[in-house]
Amino acid sequence: MRAFLVFVLLFTFTVFGQATAQQSAANASLSEQEIENRAHKIGESLRCVVCQNQSIDESNAPLAADMRVMVRERIRGGDTNEQVITFMRDRYGDFVLLKPPLQANTVLLWLAPFFLLVLFLVWYVVQAKRKRMAPTASPLSDEEQQQFQKLSQNQGGKS
Amino acid sequence: MKFTLKGLFPLLVFFALCIAFAYGLTKDPRELPSQLIDRPFPQFSLPDLMDETQLLDNSYLQGQVTLVNIFGSWCVACDQEHPMLVKLSRNGEVPILGVDWRDTREDGLRWLARGGNPYTRVIFDAESKLAIDLGVTGAPETFLVDKKGQIRYKHIGPITEKVWQETLKPLIVSMEAEQ
Amino acid sequence: MIAEIGQIMLILALLLAFAQAILPMVGAQRRDARLMAFGDRAAVAQFICILVAFMALTYVFIVSDFSVKLTALNSHTDKPLLYKISGVWGNHEGSMLLWVLILSIYGALVPVFGRTLPAGLKARALSVQGMIGVGFLAFILFTSNPFLRLNPVPMNGQGLNPLLQDPGLAFHPPFLYLGYVGFSMAFSFSVAALIEGRVDAVWARWLRPWVLVSWCFLTIGITMGSVWAYYELGWGGWWGWDPVENVSFLPWLVGTALLHSILVLGKRHTMANWTILLGITAFSLSLIGTFVVRSGVLTSVHSFAVDPARGVFILALLAIATGGALILYSLRAHTLRSNAGFDFVSKEGGLVLNNLLLIVATITVFLGTFYPLLIEAFSDDKISVGAPYFDISFAPVMIVLILFMGIGPLVKWRTDSFANLRPHLLKSGLLISVVALLVYLFGKSVLGALSMGIAVYLFYSTLVAFGKKIGFGKPGAWVRAKAQSPSVYGFLIAHLGMAIAMAGIVSMSVWAEKDVKILSIGDSMNVGAYTFTLEKMVPGREVNYQFVKGDVSVSKNGKKIATLHSARRFYFVREMVTSEAGIQVRFNRNLYVGIGDGSQEKGWVVRAYIHPMVCWIWLGALMMALAGFISLFEKRRQIS
Repeated sequence: MRAFLVFVLLFTFTVFGQATAQQSAANASLSEQEIENRAHKIGESLRCVVCQNQSIDESNAPLAADMRVMVRERIRGGDTNEQVITFMRDRYGDFVLLKPPLQANTVLLWLAPFFLLVLFLVWYVVQAKRKRMAPTASPLSDEEQQQFQKLSQNQGGKS
Repeated sequence: MKFTLKGLFPLLVFFALCIAFAYGLTKDPRELPSQLIDRPFPQFSLPDLMDETQLLDNSYLQGQVTLVNIFGSWCVACDQEHPMLVKLSRNGEVPILGVDWRDTREDGLRWLARGGNPYTRVIFDAESKLAIDLGVTGAPETFLVDKKGQIRYKHIGPITEKVWQETLKPLIVSMEAEQ
Repeated sequence: MIAEIGQIMLILALLLAFAQAILPMVGAQRRDARLMAFGDRAAVAQFICILVAFMALTYVFIVSDFSVKLTALNSHTDKPLLYKISGVWGNHEGSMLLWVLILSIYGALVPVFGRTLPAGLKARALSVQGMIGVGFLAFILFTSNPFLRLNPVPMNGQGLNPLLQDPGLAFHPPFLYLGYVGFSMAFSFSVAALIEGRVDAVWARWLRPWVLVSWCFLTIGITMGSVWAYYELGWGGWWGWDPVENVSFLPWLVGTALLHSILVLGKRHTMANWTILLGITAFSLSLIGTFVVRSGVLTSVHSFAVDPARGVFILALLAIATGGALILYSLRAHTLRSNAGFDFVSKEGGLVLNNLLLIVATITVFLGTFYPLLIEAFSDDKISVGAPYFDISFAPVMIVLILFMGIGPLVKWRTDSFANLRPHLLKSGLLISVVALLVYLFGKSVLGALSMGIAVYLFYSTLVAFGKKIGFGKPGAWVRAKAQSPSVYGFLIAHLGMAIAMAGIVSMSVWAEKDVKILSIGDSMNVGAYTFTLEKMVPGREVNYQFVKGDVSVSKNGKKIATLHSARRFYFVREMVTSEAGIQVRFNRNLYVGIGDGSQEKGWVVRAYIHPMVCWIWLGALMMALAGFISLFEKRRQIS
């Protein structure tokens, strides 16, 4: 149970941690380099909607280029990263987000891997414990089996 | 014959998957639902294609049902759609506001001169300002805007006779009747 | 004429496959040796027919016979010979023909290598192989016939997709298919075992090399695809979590699990049901991969032209093959006898963990790839699942897997005690901390430092495990090292390869740097410690394309260290633009430049990247493939 909690915590941290980290940027005096860095970061998380599975940062499509310009304009205009992403989401829907938001219809997507990981590890422990409780007649090990074969082959040779 | 739940489990998972795949085949992955249905048409202020000194804005959408059509001289499907728009405009069915998207002024004007101009006004949007606000992914796309300036319907791809008769026209008629 | 011969051969192959599907199965039920032996002959004959058909199509492409529709659509007289040949499989129809050719090669190899197999098992497996053949030959003949004629005959062809005109991609599909289709062996033998209700060491030890071969080819195929995407798509990515990449990765993950579970089955006779299920799953995922690429249900950079009719056909094939196998599994799984259970600390247990973690990884990738489709099927919402999702969900599972990967090989079969492992765990903990600290001082990233520490730990643990096997440090270690079986070396090289690939992946995801700017001639941009200057843009032309080549010089601390050449090509026939990246390849870092849209007046879009240790990823992957091939030389132990 504790392991599960740790996982949930870890997971929520990674999903929401990044969002809050950059909330407070004073945009009046942003250097060009800062704008670029933030624009790349945002660009990597937005899908180029006319391409096939590329982010706007990677794509050479004209619309992606215009969207990149738009992202920079919004940053200069004082938007936080969150606000820029929301801006695009309002226009293109969840489809534009390469990292799907955690919401009702993505709970399975986000939780299943972690849930399964924990479930399987628990299953492993339970299964191994059960084996220990009821020791069965242990079968031959690899070496024993080889020895056995050697013996039976020798016998086969004699007869 | 003996089924065990453990043995049956993979089959059930696979069965569910097949259904989803089969359903996936019936859908066009390129189609995107619009976010903007029943929302106000985005604010814009962009030059007129015909006269670059003149700015067009939302006032052109007030008080009447309007069709807003995104096109570009580079767009092949627009060539295919164009005669239909010209026909609609000739019959005076509905005012059509054009958005010349990602184009040069010369190319856009030449294209209209060649095929005829069905538009009441043409917004010149070379840098996708309005297009991004509208969530446009390709041309042609057409938005149906009501008297209050709200987007009511979005059509992706060329308007054909069928689309006009079965979808757009009935919608326009009912929207005309609204106060 | 030649095309017609190919056509007839395909029909003949379909009839043979049909006979191969039915007669040996009947023979095995009735214990009729002659009927069972028919499977061997049919498999070889089917291979010959398909080979002739394939050669016919290749001939048609080489001589540019444009009366054949496929050639007209996908070839051109102005194309280098290499691409005329690779054009055979650079399209849907031809690539499906290659698919069945490979299927028939594997089928024909069963009688060659399977003389010692029990006749019933072999006959049933060949029968299943025949059924798969029927499905895919019918698919080709009814929906994707490569030999259709065209009337009137065009003057010239429409050329091959320029993106595919590349030596790397020319051989990417054959390797990928050798992997995908190879898993059909695991599938057929699993189904045969289910019918017989019996799995044993003979079964496992005979099948393991085939799984190995498929897995190696798949590894090479995926690696080639990754290298190709890196230099051809022009945005400096080596893996994009694109649906088409993912569907090739899924059988690889399951194949890796299968490799390990079949080892346990062969040595300890446990995990019988599980191994069978993995065999079915590995091939089913290959089929799903084929379905996805051909039907266009998921959008991707790599998809072929899509056609719903083909999608329906492949989906039906998938439903019959996998559905049938799983029904059989649900009926028969409980009849397969194997030793149950494992100790908490034991090699069996370690391999069970390996399998469980690989399955979690598989499900994660599967879910991420197909979730948009599932959401759309059950609601009207449309979402994307891109690289950020996979980075967050897949990476932790892999980290856990790799942590266990450093311990598993050190544990004894049957049972071991935790106390025996304690020294190694303590040393490993220390090693990870020291490496992480050093890397952190240098690279300033907690995540990167820890992951790098874990990669080094895997490398170290693998060496320790090998050292323990040969009694390193004691007299005679060298002799014992030479006496080790190939599979021990396979383990060593594969796990070291994994550590090396992981180091590459970590540094690429944490320390890669990039920038995109619009540069005019003479302008510079800084990326990290490097300065990129656009020196000149020179136009030119080749036989089948016209290009603009850009020279970008790179300097560090005011000293010039490289001139990169990146080009934009415009292919006449297809009217398509491609970009060629300019790359300086070094063992520890690559410099990468891609030039995009632009003109003399406005300047060009220039993408510049610093890629630390990117080559390690492919080096590691190739080591894994090599390790698989080495393991093949394992002598078959005679068991009766």
